[in-house]
Amino acid sequence: MYVAVKGGERAIDNAHAFLAEERRGDPAVPELSVAQIREQMTLAVNRVMAEGSLYDPDLAALAIKQARGDLIEAIFLIRAYRTTLPRFGASRPVDTGAMACERRISATFKDAPGGQVLGPTFDYTHRLLDFKLLAEGEAPVAPTAAPRRELTPHITEFLNKDGMIEVEVQSDVTPPDLTREPMELPADRALRLQSLTRGDEGFLLGLAYSTQRGYARNHAFVGELRIGTCSVEMEIPELGFAVEIGELTLTECETVNQFKGTKTEPAQFTRGYGLVFGQTERKAIAMALVDRALRWKELGEDDSGAPAQDEEFVLMHADNIQATGFLEHIKLPHYVDFQSELELVRKLRASAADALREAAE
Amino acid sequence: MTDYTFAYLDEQTKRMIRRALLKAVAIPGYQVPFASREMPMPYGWGTGGVQVTAACLTPEDVLKVIDQGADDTTNAVSIRKFFQRTAGVETTEHTAEATLIQTRHRIPETPLTEAQILVYQVPIPEPLRFLEPREVETRRMHALEDYGLMHVKLYEDIARHGAIATAYAYPVKVEGRYVMDPSPIPKFDNPKLSDSPALQLFGAGREQRIYALPPYTTVVSLDFEDHPFAPTKADHACAICGADGSYLDEVIIDDAGGRMFVCSDTDFCASRRTATGEPADA
Amino acid sequence: MEALSLQGGFADPARDAARAFRAVLNALARPGVIEAVTGAQPPAPMSVAAGVVLLTLADPTTPLWLAPSHDLPALRDWIAFHTGAPLVGPQQAAFALGRWDALQPLDRFAPGTPDYPDRSATLIVDVPALEPATHRLTGPGIRDAATLRLPGDEALRLNAGRFPLGLDLFLCAGDRLAGLPRTVKAEAL
Repeated sequence: MYVAVKGGERAIDNAHAFLAEERRGDPAVPELSVAQIREQMTLAVNRVMAEGSLYDPDLAALAIKQARGDLIEAIFLIRAYRTTLPRFGASRPVDTGAMACERRISATFKDAPGGQVLGPTFDYTHRLLDFKLLAEGEAPVAPTAAPRRELTPHITEFLNKDGMIEVEVQSDVTPPDLTREPMELPADRALRLQSLTRGDEGFLLGLAYSTQRGYARNHAFVGELRIGTCSVEMEIPELGFAVEIGELTLTECETVNQFKGTKTEPAQFTRGYGLVFGQTERKAIAMALVDRALRWKELGEDDSGAPAQDEEFVLMHADNIQATGFLEHIKLPHYVDFQSELELVRKLRASAADALREAAE
Repeated sequence: MTDYTFAYLDEQTKRMIRRALLKAVAIPGYQVPFASREMPMPYGWGTGGVQVTAACLTPEDVLKVIDQGADDTTNAVSIRKFFQRTAGVETTEHTAEATLIQTRHRIPETPLTEAQILVYQVPIPEPLRFLEPREVETRRMHALEDYGLMHVKLYEDIARHGAIATAYAYPVKVEGRYVMDPSPIPKFDNPKLSDSPALQLFGAGREQRIYALPPYTTVVSLDFEDHPFAPTKADHACAICGADGSYLDEVIIDDAGGRMFVCSDTDFCASRRTATGEPADA
Repeated sequence: MEALSLQGGFADPARDAARAFRAVLNALARPGVIEAVTGAQPPAPMSVAAGVVLLTLADPTTPLWLAPSHDLPALRDWIAFHTGAPLVGPQQAAFALGRWDALQPLDRFAPGTPDYPDRSATLIVDVPALEPATHRLTGPGIRDAATLRLPGDEALRLNAGRFPLGLDLFLCAGDRLAGLPRTVKAEAL
């Protein structure tokens, strides 16, 4: 006789055992080490750190291993771990102007102080499968040059000097904290940027692309894209000064966007901004485009009804951990609500049939 | 056990949830925003209920977890195990023995008591969400007690189908003020929301909302005078225990599409069989 | 800071706070029910029960106002050490602590907003006694009617009249407490 799904506990244990075996794959093939993932799957590690909102390459690599390479699952592992960590304090804002750049390019000026530095990019690789990588043991060495000693100035600063681009308003107001307070709408730009930087890369890519195709087109040029390391400093109240507590690799994208001006303001360029943990170039550019699209109201632009302009739509759907959880929950049992729908549809059909019969009589 | 603080969450997080719970109790049916944390289970799988339970549990509690009315569905098993591991509390499958019950989609058949708390897992806490997707708008509607949109929707149902076409998550009005989503319980369970001796707490993790029904709170399912609310269930008796007043699951039993109907509340069904001398594990 | 300030907190914070919260929750959910609590030993004139409520709910994220009856150095130190709650004026307070007369007038506290009625102050009131009853209570949480000793009624009547805005109160006497959510309607016996 049927008895409502007994043995759930044993089924779960067995499923976990099966999962562990599948994760390891063929035992005849050497097991991946976390260090191998950290060193050789760095862009995956970077994405997990960025969307997991936790800068720890070892933990991100561990999460990727445990998640069998499913990056959203790995991000989830990192988020769930992160939320259990005590918070000791807040760092000072990082100064990306002091970044030691590995890569720094501008699409708006052919050359500028600091130069165009390609760095480790796929940009001009021909996308041909490299069958040499099938063989193991290669450790390529790139040519080196003396590191640049001077600071690399932000390209947009040069536009700023001519008043050609809007001035960012300086503020020392403590920004809201998405991880400690419920999201409140409408959101200010600080909260939007927080949400975007941990948002799903694919979601932001699609939204940013939609702006390029005319859904709230904002004529973006990559004023500057820079990737490199920045030091993180923290004020220690007992010492009375800030000390360096570590460094981060960051990707920063500043877009320069056309702005025709309004009745009260002359034409001027405006900005979109992206800042993401790790080398995460696609994400940083997408973030800058979406940031700019969301600024329509403060810049006095029209709401064209485009998805990328809709703050609530963007912010409430950018988080892939929220999205995947709710999406996948529909595979959980819904017997009870489905049963109530079945009864309702049967009842509606029966009364419709009665009505037809009566009409025929 | 020592790997976790009691009930997993850190104390500051629990205090934040506890403060939200108290405001929820003080404003019955109003959704209190709270800074929901990422939990070690996915959003949509009961993280809101789990956080509310974690904030309410004491070491002396006896916990029951059900999903679709059953203690042995996989997600109920998983959540029960989580609290056994992180809080070390005693668990039970018997409604009458439990002091705290976490549920998804059902209210137990066995009447609850003043000594119990019922914690609901809620996917979409906003009853107006499917009529108006924007939070900014729905918040204004609640503030102004402007529920015209909901009445229009229910009325359009009647015009089109001759009946209100909502079978679960059927909206209610609490103490004559806030319209509330009772979570996706079948409307069969709606009458049990009102005047319950137990405290009822609702947690929506992904949507970051907590709300509550204090004991003995008046909860009315929305309806019209000429189309009064009616709780419904499959028109059968349970094929296992014979109960004719309990909510039933429909089960397909053969390739020809044959059906049987059994209690969705597995503890209720098993207790009835025990009472009549039949083995409970049949 | 006096050494005494370092004492009188929860011995086992997670479990003590869990038990205390259940009592606090039950008191607010069932007006008229009196709960006994333990675990806090605050300096006078704060009651044990008021201390338990603060230890359970207050922390560096919850601004607190001390009414003149309770604004004493020893109390400030104890609260700073055990909760870290910042002391503020009555308008900014999430919690306010004091005797009933010292807390008046109640309209100085945040009652919430129509959009966010939860953004309202919670008052922790030290009263001499919770019995014998002076008022008959009705409202959510109460089957038919309950009774309780209240420190006043006009201010509470005004508070209930602002629903869904309003203040929520805990009345504390010794190691016992009762809850008065804004939904309670009180009539003198």
